Amino acid sequence: MTNEHAPIIQMKDIQKHFGSVIALAGVSVDVFPGECHCLLGDNGAGKSTFIKTMSGVHKPTHGEILFEGQEMHFADPRDAISAGIATVHQHLAMIPLMSVSRNFFMGNEPVKSVGPLKLFDHDYANKVTMEEMRKMGINLRGPDQAVGTLSGGERQTVAIARAVHFGAKVLILDEPTSALGVRQTANVLATIDKVRKQGIAVVFITHNVRHAMAVGDRFTVLNRGQTLGTAQRGQITPEELQDLMAGGQEMVKLEGSLGGTV
Amino acid sequence: MGEAAQPIPATDERVKEISGLRKALIRPELGGMVGTVAVFTFFLLFAFDSGMFNSQGMMNWSIVSAQFMIIAVGACLLMIAGEFDLSVGSMIGFAGMMIAIFSVTYGWPVWMAIMVTFVLCTAIGGLNGYIVIRTGLPSFIVTLAFLFILRGFTIFLPQLIERKTIIGGIKDVAEGDWLAPVFGGKILGGLFTWMGDNGLIATFTRGTREGQPVVDGIPMLIIWAIVLIIFGHVLLTKTKFGNWIYASGGDAEAARNSGVPVNKVKILMFMFTAFCATVFAVCQVMEFGSAGADRGLLKEFEAIIAVVIGGALLTGGYGSVLGAALGALIFGVVQQGLFFAGVESSLFRVFLGVILLGAVILNTYIRRIITGER
Repeated sequence: MTNEHAPIIQMKDIQKHFGSVIALAGVSVDVFPGECHCLLGDNGAGKSTFIKTMSGVHKPTHGEILFEGQEMHFADPRDAISAGIATVHQHLAMIPLMSVSRNFFMGNEPVKSVGPLKLFDHDYANKVTMEEMRKMGINLRGPDQAVGTLSGGERQTVAIARAVHFGAKVLILDEPTSALGVRQTANVLATIDKVRKQGIAVVFITHNVRHAMAVGDRFTVLNRGQTLGTAQRGQITPEELQDLMAGGQEMVKLEGSLGGTV
Repeated sequence: MGEAAQPIPATDERVKEISGLRKALIRPELGGMVGTVAVFTFFLLFAFDSGMFNSQGMMNWSIVSAQFMIIAVGACLLMIAGEFDLSVGSMIGFAGMMIAIFSVTYGWPVWMAIMVTFVLCTAIGGLNGYIVIRTGLPSFIVTLAFLFILRGFTIFLPQLIERKTIIGGIKDVAEGDWLAPVFGGKILGGLFTWMGDNGLIATFTRGTREGQPVVDGIPMLIIWAIVLIIFGHVLLTKTKFGNWIYASGGDAEAARNSGVPVNKVKILMFMFTAFCATVFAVCQVMEFGSAGADRGLLKEFEAIIAVVIGGALLTGGYGSVLGAALGALIFGVVQQGLFFAGVESSLFRVFLGVILLGAVILNTYIRRIITGER
């Protein structure tokens, strides 16, 4: 834990209403550099709304966002990205038909001047892509390999490596492991660990307690638009987390009838 | 990263080595290259004596191919950006008619008529794109509407103004204009005269032009085709914007998430397609000296077929300008070659349908290889 640092991002009493629906009813979370902060919650708990507020997609109805101690008002995701808050979406990160290198630099293409022309610097892009992928433990056949040939876990890793390369200070991962197999999940979790060790704050959204316990430093559980508090690693057991996510009682009953298999 | 990269095996034992053939297969131009070799082999064998490969014959199919190439470049970039334009043919008719009305009927200088037409048509292309982006409707529908709207105006306006559907006399008003030769002129006339004088190419043997070469220069139409192909190819493969074109067509949402201005890219590509159609129209009007209400009929489909033969995916995100140019070449060579070979010209359509089907099937297969789908 790196609690001696100031939090990089502070979400204070965030409320978000969509018409008459209260999606978030006052959620406060601090995220510190170099920690993996797991955000847990069942479907509909408000996880997505919360991270979308953090990444500039939604504006909070009430509450404030402090980034590096400064109050921020993100007009759109571009603002958040340029401040250093990057989001890796589960599905919408990579374009399968394009090469890894083209994907890696999508929207941030390096250019070199050739006479009056500004051309895409493919040599540089290819070199950096291969290097960054090697650091993350993925051996590409070549930088021109299409992303479509990578596995789901590898695609997530490319997206994470891309965000890190372009200076993300806060990396929001939206359910990166939910559609992956065991081995691929392990790879993504290992990537998260590497990123955290570089001093980047990772916000890891999941509803899988075991994945959260594997890499998380702190755990915040959302339930019906409210936070049920943040727990340190070691202060909470997986069972307690599971209960919190499900909202307590009903789960205990269910668990009894299912013989503790959930 | 502080720690050293962990050692990983150099190769993954579960990934089969990709053979050279398979690697070549995923080049989008492959179909176009194979097709080009095939049609040239075919016509060299069966139509060599027909005059198809003397200077006049070559110029004949080169011009037809160049026409296809001009509209194929625009259609190609637009298709890679994930959209279609079915109004290309109508745009050709409309642009030509506008030039005729401006220059002949209204008496504007030809250079001004050409420039205003370019601005007007590119703006209509932009409007196409804007409607597609704002409404989220498929470009297929929006541009289909413009296919009819533009064609309707192309027939209506000359009837309203001149009481006819063909406006001639453009050659006369274009006399001495500085911009008209950029579209209707010919270059390298001296070279062709020299080649004629030295017996390298055929010359007229009688008549008023005796001694002059049969082919007296390269039409600007061909120059435009070459310039547009080079421009499109460099833009697509060598620039930042090219990456955005691929990204916009590959997955617009993912591209937006990465900060690619998808809407701008798509609208610009609609405008470029309209620009290419206008180049086609101006060259045609300057060559014929007239504008007709039926010009450019079915050209949108021919452009799309050339692009698909060139290896582009109808779903966007993948393709090649060079491939599209080869597709257009195949098109031109076969259309004119069948004529030279004395084959009934309606069979050209049969050929088109067959080759289109073959190309789409091949492209789908290639797509599976690239994306690893099964």
